[in-house]
Amino acid sequence: MTVAFDQARAPAATERPVAISVKGVTKRFGEGTGLGVMALSEVTLDIRRGEFVCLLGPSGCGKSTLLNIIGGLLPQTAGTVEVAGKKVAAPLPNDMAFVFQESTLFPWYTVTENFRVALKFQGVPHAEWEARTQEALAAVGMVQFAGHYPDQLSVGMRQRVNLARGIAMGTDIILMDEPFAALDEQTRMVLGEDLSSLLAKTGKTIVFVTHSLAEAVFLSDRIVVLTARPAAIKKIVRVEEPHPRSPDFMLEPRFSELRNELYELLRDEIRKTMAMQGGGAPGGGG
Amino acid sequence: MGATSGFAARSVQIAFVAIVIGVWWGVTKTHAVMPLFLPPVGLVARTIDQLFSTGEAWAAVRLTLLTIVEAYALAVVAGLLAGYFVTRSRFLTEVFEPLIANLFTIPIILFFPLFVLFFGIGPGSKIAYGALYGFFPVALNTIAGFSRVERRFLWAARSMGASPFGLFRHVLVPSALPVIVTGLRISFLICLASVLGGEELSAAAGIGKNIELAAELMDPARMYSWIVFVVLTTTVLNLVLSQIEGRVRER
Repeated sequence: MTVAFDQARAPAATERPVAISVKGVTKRFGEGTGLGVMALSEVTLDIRRGEFVCLLGPSGCGKSTLLNIIGGLLPQTAGTVEVAGKKVAAPLPNDMAFVFQESTLFPWYTVTENFRVALKFQGVPHAEWEARTQEALAAVGMVQFAGHYPDQLSVGMRQRVNLARGIAMGTDIILMDEPFAALDEQTRMVLGEDLSSLLAKTGKTIVFVTHSLAEAVFLSDRIVVLTARPAAIKKIVRVEEPHPRSPDFMLEPRFSELRNELYELLRDEIRKTMAMQGGGAPGGGG
Repeated sequence: MGATSGFAARSVQIAFVAIVIGVWWGVTKTHAVMPLFLPPVGLVARTIDQLFSTGEAWAAVRLTLLTIVEAYALAVVAGLLAGYFVTRSRFLTEVFEPLIANLFTIPIILFFPLFVLFFGIGPGSKIAYGALYGFFPVALNTIAGFSRVERRFLWAARSMGASPFGLFRHVLVPSALPVIVTGLRISFLICLASVLGGEELSAAAGIGKNIELAAELMDPARMYSWIVFVVLTTTVLNLVLSQIEGRVRER
């Protein structure tokens, strides 16, 4: 892995076409019940093709809500989301794939069956299932586990498969909701490297929700720092480092500088969130 | 881990059955219990052989099994449909889940005379009674199964573009099935017990009727023969059902 690998495309990042356009998105839960909770407030954000963008914020701030709205799984209260020129009102399985935590592999199906059913849901012709499954499993080095059930695999292996399932969907955009949260630190780092080289190879657009500062710095081209609930954009931090990134990047001084900068930005927001939770506000996955 | 402890458990279970038969043999041999209350093991075994070799038992067996199957079929179809539709709305689940659970606790046997009144002394009353009793565990477990489908699976499937039918077939059903099959097994055993019990209370024919008749005619050997036959059949059926349930629950 050399840093020179993809130098050509890194500077062009700001000129590439917009893949996801979020305009003034607001989300209020429990509308009309008198117990409404404001989750998102006026979020506006353009994500460019081939960009790796992290949504970073204190847990429960609404970052997953934003991701789910982008993916068409949740309706927004106000504002618009456009993907590939289309207004998002429902999932667009041919444009965006979701990768959740590893536990969303269907436990009643084998690895192969999980891929088949995903491709079937997506409407991919039967003839392509086998090749796409094999290709995606090969990409994460899991071909020999095709016949296993998820609970026969370790958590790290499951997440590799889950990642591969997202890749097999063949979409330009992958939305990832804390996919590595259940993993131990070492597995996390290895999968992070895999993801970085995947990005370099395929040029996919990735939106990634996390609350890990190191993960955000290591993976992102841009980190969108969100405030405590209701989430609004506090600052966007740019990480100038081409993909694929090597673990050596973590040893560079600017890696820690960026992480410290993020911590500065987040510290108050984390305190606010803790105060809210202490006050009995409903928690939730973010 | 399971193999050795499984073997030990099986051995103790077999020993338990052997001890029961041994005690039965002992108390009759020593005349500790009057033969009217408990006939000797050998006599019961010979009577079973006689019942089946002369062919007189088969009509009763056929009738009772058919009644059980009919009652069970009704219970399963009604229970699955009701259970599924109740879970289509959170409101309906909140209304009907506790309602069905409470109705299940009523000793419906108290209403058995009404079943005879409405459906006659033939198999009809036993079918209706067995089907009603067997309906509850199927409906309750179907509700439990479909309500526990985890949201993350539904979201994942939706994000992949699943159609409503695809969601039902590949997510809802496989997720709910392990809980539903338990309900199906319990329901079968309840249908079986209800039909036999109903036949003992009021019927024109069937295994239950034969047991009741033998008791009334003071023919304990015949009565015990039928009981032993039912115990053996039920044990075998339950073993088969547990096997099937285990297979389904495994995944």
